[in-house]
Amino acid sequence: MSSSASSQPVVHPAGSARLLWTALATVAALTLLAYLVAFDQGAVSRSGMYLHELMHDGRHLLGVPCH
Amino acid sequence: MPLNTTTTPPFVAVLVRGLLAGLIAGLLAGAFAYVAGEPHVEAAIAIEEAASHADPATAGAHDHEDALVSRTGQRGGLFLATGLFGAAMGGLLATAYVLLSRRRRGDDDGRSGLLLAGAALLGAVIVPFLKYPANPPAVGDPATINQRTVTYLLMVVLGLVAVWAGSLGYRSVGAQAPTWLRAAAAVGGFLLVTAVSYVVMPSFQEVPADFPATLLWSFRLASLGTQVVLWTGIGLLFAALMHHERRRRAGTALPST
Repeated sequence: MSSSASSQPVVHPAGSARLLWTALATVAALTLLAYLVAFDQGAVSRSGMYLHELMHDGRHLLGVPCH
Repeated sequence: MPLNTTTTPPFVAVLVRGLLAGLIAGLLAGAFAYVAGEPHVEAAIAIEEAASHADPATAGAHDHEDALVSRTGQRGGLFLATGLFGAAMGGLLATAYVLLSRRRRGDDDGRSGLLLAGAALLGAVIVPFLKYPANPPAVGDPATINQRTVTYLLMVVLGLVAVWAGSLGYRSVGAQAPTWLRAAAAVGGFLLVTAVSYVVMPSFQEVPADFPATLLWSFRLASLGTQVVLWTGIGLLFAALMHHERRRRAGTALPST
C-alpha cells in the first residue's frame, strides 16, 4: 500500500545548501516581523509600548491573544 | 536539458512575489477588518471602560484613556498590523513554496501555491481558532496572557502538523487507490491529530458573564473573516504573480513560442 512519486523530483542546479541557508535566514527574519506585530511589547522593537499599542486592533482582529 | 532550469525563478524572485502578495492581501484584510470588525472592537472597549470605571481595582491593565496611541491611531494602526503580518506570511509561504518545489513534479505553480495557502488557512488559522477563538477587548484575564499566548502558538504548530498528517495520509494510500479512499485517509490523519490536540491542550473560559453573546459572536466572525481574506488573498495573488513570472521566463527562454 505504498507508492512513490511517478517521476524524478526537480533538482535545482544551484547549490541546495546555499538555498537552505538563505531560506532559513528568510524564515528567521519573517518570523521576527510577525512577532513584532503579534506579540512584542517593546522588548524587541525598542519603541516602548508604542508599536504594541499602535497595532492593538490588528492583533485582536487577527485573532492573537492580546490581554 | 530539463525545462525547469530555464523557467524556474530564483528564490529571491519568488520571495519578492510572496512578500508583495502578502502585503496587498494584508491591506485587503485590514480593509475588511476595518469595516466588519472595528465597530465590534469599539463596542467591546466601551464595555471594558465601563467595567474599569465601575471597579477601579481592575483598571490599569489596559487603560485606553490616557493611552500612548489614540483610538484613531489604533484604527489606522490596524492597516500597519495586517499589512506587515500579511507580508511576513506571504514571505513564509513563498519560502515554503521554494523548499517544497524541490520535491514537486511538474511545475503547476498556481495549484501548489493555492494548496499551500489553503493548508496554512486550515492549519494555522481555522484549527487554532476553533480551540482558542479570537477575543475582543474586555474578554480574557490579563493574568493568563502568557499561558494563552504559549498555548495559542503551540496550537498553530499542532494545526500545521495536523495538515501535514492529512497530506501524509493522502500519500500513504497508493496513487492507484480510488480518490475517496485517499481523501478519507487525509481526513483521518488530519482529524486524528486535531482531536488529540484539542483534548490535550488546556481550555480557557474567561468570557465575563455579562459580556453580550451577540457582540462576542460578531467579533469572532469578523476576526475569522479577516484571516480568511488574508490567506485567500495571499494564495490567489501569489499564484497570479508566479504564473505571470513563469510566462515571462518561458517567453525569454523560448522566444519563438
